[in-house]
Amino acid sequence: MQPHIEIEHLTFRRGERIIFDDLSLIIPRGQVTAVMGPSGTGKTTLLKLIAGQLRPESGRVLVDGEDVHRLSRRALFELRRRMGMLFQSGALLTDLNVFDNVAFPLREHTRLSEAAIERIVLMKLQAVGLRGARHLMPSELSGGMARRVALARAIALDPAMVLYDEPFVGQDPITMGVLLKLIEKLNHSLGLTSVVVSHDVEEVLSIAHQVYVLSEGRVVAQGNVEAVRNSDDPYVRQFLGGLPDGPVPFHYPAPPFREELGL
Amino acid sequence: MIRMLRAIGRWGLSRLRAAGRAGLFLFGLLPALAYPFWRIRLLLKQVYNTGTLSLPIILTAGLFVGMVLGLQGYNVLVDYNSEEAVGTMTALSLLRELGPVVTALLFVGRAGSALTAEIGLMRSTEQLSALEMMAVDPVRFIFAPRFVAVVLVVPLLALIFTALGILGGYLVAVGWLGVDDGAFWSQMTAHVDWQDDVVNGVIKSVVFAVWVAVVALFQGEEAPPTSEGVSYATTRTVVQGSLGVLALDFVLTALMFN
Ligand SMILES: Nc1ncnc2c1ncn2[C@@H]1O[C@H](COP(=O)(O)OP(=O)(O)O)[C@@H](O)[C@H]1O
Ligand SMILES: [Mg+2]
Repeated sequence: MQPHIEIEHLTFRRGERIIFDDLSLIIPRGQVTAVMGPSGTGKTTLLKLIAGQLRPESGRVLVDGEDVHRLSRRALFELRRRMGMLFQSGALLTDLNVFDNVAFPLREHTRLSEAAIERIVLMKLQAVGLRGARHLMPSELSGGMARRVALARAIALDPAMVLYDEPFVGQDPITMGVLLKLIEKLNHSLGLTSVVVSHDVEEVLSIAHQVYVLSEGRVVAQGNVEAVRNSDDPYVRQFLGGLPDGPVPFHYPAPPFREELGL
Repeated sequence: MIRMLRAIGRWGLSRLRAAGRAGLFLFGLLPALAYPFWRIRLLLKQVYNTGTLSLPIILTAGLFVGMVLGLQGYNVLVDYNSEEAVGTMTALSLLRELGPVVTALLFVGRAGSALTAEIGLMRSTEQLSALEMMAVDPVRFIFAPRFVAVVLVVPLLALIFTALGILGGYLVAVGWLGVDDGAFWSQMTAHVDWQDDVVNGVIKSVVFAVWVAVVALFQGEEAPPTSEGVSYATTRTVVQGSLGVLALDFVLTALMFN
C-alpha cells in the first residue's frame, strides 16, 4: 500500500516541553488510520503539523511525497484544498447558516455557478443526513449535528484525505454510531484516506485498518487492530483497557501519605 | 528592593515584547489591506456591523455634548456681550477636539470591545484555524476587512457626531436662550477654517481609528482561548484603546495647533 502521509523523525516542542521526540509514522492511502493517545499527548498538534499550520523543530512531513513545511504559501494552500479537516468543535463559521458554511469552500475556491454550488452542497448535506437542516444557524445545532455539517464542509471540495480530530468526544451513543458510520462510508465510497485522532478506544478500533498508539511523544504500539490489542507493552494495556493504575500512575507525584499525616 | 526592580523590569520587557508583536501584526496586515476593496461585500458587512452598532450612541452623545457646549458657551460669552460667538465656539470645540476624541472613546467601548470578543471567540472555537485549513487566509478574510471598516467608519462617525453637536448647540443657544439665528451661523462660518479645523479633525480621527483597530484586533488575536481570556482581552481593549486615544490626542494637538 503506497503511503499518503509520511512523518519522518519529527521533533516538536512547546516552550520547554517536548511534544514529539523523533516521531516517525506512515499513513497509507485509502485506509482508516487511527492515532490514539491520552489527552495532551499532542494529537491535535500532530494534525496541525501535517496540515502545515505548525512547523516542526526538525524532521519532515511528506504528503503525496511533498515536504509540507518547504512548500510556498501558495503551494501549501493548494495542498490544503486536497485535505479536509474535521475540528474537535466543528469550527463552523458562526455568522453563516448550514448551507452557506458548506458552500463556503466552493465559493472561495471555484468559479461554479450558484446552481452548481447548490447541487453540490445539497449532495454533501444529504450524505451526512442534514439536507433538511440547511437553513439553521450553527447556534441552533446540537454538537453532533455541528460535527456532521463540518464534515460535509470538509468534503465539499472532494479532498483525497480527511483528518478527524476527536470526532467522538462528548457525543451520545447514537451520534457516535452515526459518525462512525459516516467515516466508514466516506472511506469506502470515496476511497478517502482517513486519519482519526482519538482516545475513544473501542469506537476507533471498530473502524481502523491501522493503529498507532502515542505516549510522551513516541509511538508505543503500531500495526493492525489485532496486533495492537495483543500488545504486551504495559502502557498500551493500561490505555486500551482503561485501567486506573499502571505505568501512568493514579497518584500525582506526592510524598508518602503516612509522612504527610505525621504518622 | 532588587526584587521590585526586577519585577518592574520584567513587566517592562513583557510590555515591549507585546508592543513588538503588535507592530508585527500591523505589518502583516498591511499587504492585505487592498483585499477588502476587491471583496466589497466583506467590507460592507463590517462597515455595517461596526457603523450601525455605534450609530445610536454617537447620535445621542453628539446631541447632548453639543447642547452642553451651547449652554456653557452662552454662560461664559454672555458676560462679554458676545453670545453670538457661541456657534463658533461650539463648532470649533467639536471639530478640533470633542468630535474625534469622544467618538473614538465611544467607539472603543461599543464596537472595539465587540471586535475583540468576536476575534477571540473565533480563535477559541477554531474558526480561524478552520479558515486556514480551507486555504483561506484569515488575515485577508477576517482581519483586513475589519481594520479597513474601522478606519473608514470612525472619521465618518466623528463628522456625524460633530454635526449633531452643532445642531444641539443651535437648539440650546438659538431655540432656548434666544441668540440671533443669523449671527450664530454667520459667525461660525466666518471663523471655522477648512484646513485648520475640519481637515485636522479628520486626520485626528483617522489616527485614532488606526489605533483602535490595531488594539481591538490584536487583543482578540492574542486572547487565550478561554472565556476568561476573552473577557480580559475585551477589558484591555477598552483600557488601552481609550488611554491611547487620549495620549495621541495630546501629541496631535501639540503638532497641529502650535
Ligand atoms: N497554543 C498552545 N500553546 C502552548 N501549548 C499548547 C498550545 N496548544 C497545545 N499546547 C500544549 O501541547 C500539548 C498537546 O496539545 P494537543 O495537541 O492539543 O493534545 P491532544 O489533542 O492530544 O489533547 C498539551 O500539553 C497542550 O497543553
Ligand atoms: Mg486535541
